[in-house]
Amino acid sequence: MTRRLLAIGMISIAMLSTGCARKALSLSPKATAFGSALVESSGGKQIAAIGSILPQPVVVQVNDEQGNAVTGASVQFSGPPGVTFDPASGISDSSGQFASNVSLGGMAGRYQITAATINQAGKRVELKLEEIALGYQQVLGRQLNDQYCDRCHNPESTPERVSNYDNLEVKPHPFTEGETLNKMSDADVAAIINHGGPALNKSPLMPPYGYTLSKTEIQALIAYIRAVSDPPYKTPGLVYAKN
Amino acid sequence: MGLKNKLISLWQQLFGDSIRAFGTVSLVFLFSLAIAPAKNYFSEWRHYQKQYLKMIRSRGEAVTLQRHFQGDIQQIWLPELGVVDRCTTCHVGLKEASLVDVSRQPFRKHPVIPHSIDQFGCAMCHRGQGPATTAEEAHRSTLAWEQPILPAKYIESSCGQCHQGELTGTPRLNEGRHLLSSYGCVHCHTVKLPDGTTMKATDDPPSLSHIADKTTREWIYAWLKDPKAYAATATMPNFKLSDEEARDISAFLIANSQPVPGDNVTLTAKAATDPSAGASLYGESFCASCHTVQNAAGNLVGGKLGPELTRVGSKVQPEWLQAWLRNPRIYDPPTGMPHYRFNDEQVVTLAGFLEAKTDSDLLANVHLDPATPEQIAHGKRLVTDYGCASCHEIGGIKKPENFAPELSRIGSKAVNQLIFLPGMSHTLPDYIAGKIGDPRAFSPGLKMPQYRFSPAQMDSLTTALLSLNERSHSLPPSLEVAATPESNYEPAGEAGKLMHDLACVSCHRINGHGGDMAPDLSWEGSSVQRQWLVEFLKNPNTLRPALIRRMPKFNLTDSEINELTDYIMTVYQSPAVDRDSLPLTGYSPAQVEQGKQLFYSKYACQSCHIVDPKNDKGYIAPTLTQVGSRLTAAWIYMWMKNPQALRPGSIEPNRSMNDEDARALTAFLMAQKGSARQEAKKR
Repeated sequence: MTRRLLAIGMISIAMLSTGCARKALSLSPKATAFGSALVESSGGKQIAAIGSILPQPVVVQVNDEQGNAVTGASVQFSGPPGVTFDPASGISDSSGQFASNVSLGGMAGRYQITAATINQAGKRVELKLEEIALGYQQVLGRQLNDQYCDRCHNPESTPERVSNYDNLEVKPHPFTEGETLNKMSDADVAAIINHGGPALNKSPLMPPYGYTLSKTEIQALIAYIRAVSDPPYKTPGLVYAKN
Repeated sequence: MGLKNKLISLWQQLFGDSIRAFGTVSLVFLFSLAIAPAKNYFSEWRHYQKQYLKMIRSRGEAVTLQRHFQGDIQQIWLPELGVVDRCTTCHVGLKEASLVDVSRQPFRKHPVIPHSIDQFGCAMCHRGQGPATTAEEAHRSTLAWEQPILPAKYIESSCGQCHQGELTGTPRLNEGRHLLSSYGCVHCHTVKLPDGTTMKATDDPPSLSHIADKTTREWIYAWLKDPKAYAATATMPNFKLSDEEARDISAFLIANSQPVPGDNVTLTAKAATDPSAGASLYGESFCASCHTVQNAAGNLVGGKLGPELTRVGSKVQPEWLQAWLRNPRIYDPPTGMPHYRFNDEQVVTLAGFLEAKTDSDLLANVHLDPATPEQIAHGKRLVTDYGCASCHEIGGIKKPENFAPELSRIGSKAVNQLIFLPGMSHTLPDYIAGKIGDPRAFSPGLKMPQYRFSPAQMDSLTTALLSLNERSHSLPPSLEVAATPESNYEPAGEAGKLMHDLACVSCHRINGHGGDMAPDLSWEGSSVQRQWLVEFLKNPNTLRPALIRRMPKFNLTDSEINELTDYIMTVYQSPAVDRDSLPLTGYSPAQVEQGKQLFYSKYACQSCHIVDPKNDKGYIAPTLTQVGSRLTAAWIYMWMKNPQALRPGSIEPNRSMNDEDARALTAFLMAQKGSARQEAKKR
């Protein structure tokens, strides 16, 4: 008696699950081709406030073994909790690309998002991208950066905002330059902002901003510099005296 | 049968005699008494606290953290704010600065914010159910608890409960509030702010009382059907009108229009023969500072102050355009467009250039028969029904009062009062975003038109609307941070009339009123020398090599220039700068040389400024080759002492310079009179 019940239960569960699976499959457009690699076209390492949509969509391209774009391959985005994709899955277009608008989660920090496609053998091929979410303090820092620092520290020029980078004999460090900036302690960065380059025996072309910015503002700037650094900045943690 | 026997024997064993029965009942009683303490013991929050203790044990600062840790239910109680928050019961490490590397919830340290958690609690900003002690009840909305946690993307709305003005740390809230007034939401929806004022619209929808002078019925029809088809930047929403409705409204507007005397002219002057003359005049007049045009690649080029001109030739009546270019104030006295003093040939040339900006597709399918009186009457009814007069002035139709629901407290509307679309998540933010995104989906009869906002704009708008809530209206007055009211300063007298005619405040800010495209002129009289200002108004040029020049040449007469200059020099004076305290000339060569040393070495000014065009490269800041004939010495001196005191937000850092250095630099800069010498040579 119980065995029979068990069997009926199992059969019904199996039927239900196949039914659901079929439904899920029919919702997403069907892949007509398979690629063997995923590459980033654009949209990695973007910076946005927590919970925001990234300024540019994240675009990935499906390639075959020869590196040619593959049209009609399935692409699926996934990420940590809180990250949403619009759309989360679809098929690559005529140039092999698939774009998705990405919203970051509610915690400040770095988000690793994954794009995946299925290759000929039915295996998942993945591409991992990193995006940066700014919290309140870093957003404040970014605004100060845009107002005071970006002019010289960002080498890229646009018609609206011409960069001063090329004019300077001693080149400023772009804030993404983690190799250099991560080696400096918060106190050192604060000293340079406060008292200018000469505070750390560096160029006087970096002027002091200690009379222009408040302590809170300088802390916010440092928080922003740490947030955008590449490779990522790791907090040194507390140092304890040992006997 | 077997089962029955088993039950009987069990009964005998438990309740067979009075002692057994007493024992069994006592056991059951004891057990049920133990349920409550056990539930407490195994509760979720205890589980989290145990995990926390386990987590901190392995850390270097375990002793400190252990000392800070307090078991049991924690509560922040702030009666005057109505805050009862027990969130810190599970979120144990919120205030522990050393937990900065912990990413696991609920143990993360709270990110840096300008307020203390003890002073405001948690639910004030995050919403959710403060008194709840399980994650489910605290974070999600259930039948009994209505208030779910506010999604992170809307968190800035909570700042807006107290802070009524713009805040640097809340770009999204600022943008949302700006959209509410610049897209005209508040024309129809009343928004009363906690300080008792009403939110004002900052867009300036054109009056339709004289529209027949300006455009054709066909264009009105096409515009009504889809404003974006005419201009990608149109802020007018799509009312999704039927062909018949658009036909009748356009019929009414044309029939209702009253001509303005003098607003259409036919000039006899001939346009300039050079085919590129129109384009050059458009460029020289800096029309693109305010007006945008879509180029062949589909990109918009130009400013946002005036309407888009991509297809303007398909819209305007040629006679009206000529009259408008001659003097826009005849048709629209308060317009933000300056009155250029074009001569007739220039007017004809520029008008010809603009009329050629047409789009043959726009009006290709618009064929309207002459309007019947019934159609006009129906059009008038429709104009009243759709509330057109909420935004536009329309002769003979009164601006409706309270045309749409008031939004002063929309951010705390109860979820059970909302009607959701199928498949929508039942939360207030989603309802607001859904309603803005596609209002007619909620009911086809709804009058609210269709806007086309980007997803980021939708988030901003929703943020601003969520900040308009019950709490924002019931805060203790000590917490309210009012916005700085916008000044309504207008320059006075004859010069004031001239400045109004030239629409100076469309771009320049003066005494807290005006645009932000061009420099603030409030203290211009303290800053510049009279002769320089005269030359500048005759022939404006940009001071910064890296900036695009935007100031047009208005072809002013000498007496107009004198009038303007006198007014600016006398009235726009800073109380902090005494023009006559320092002389314009007569500095000793030694002082000048000392200033030069300071300029190039100690202060490294050449990183941004150019004094010597051969060697200096700093082109992002104003060029200083002629600064000695442009600025007053007193201004330069005060600027050296503290630039932000004269121009808040200036990128030039405050060096807190001593008097001697400031004086030497002033001497050096006052010696830079390059342009005066060049001018003299030219003459």
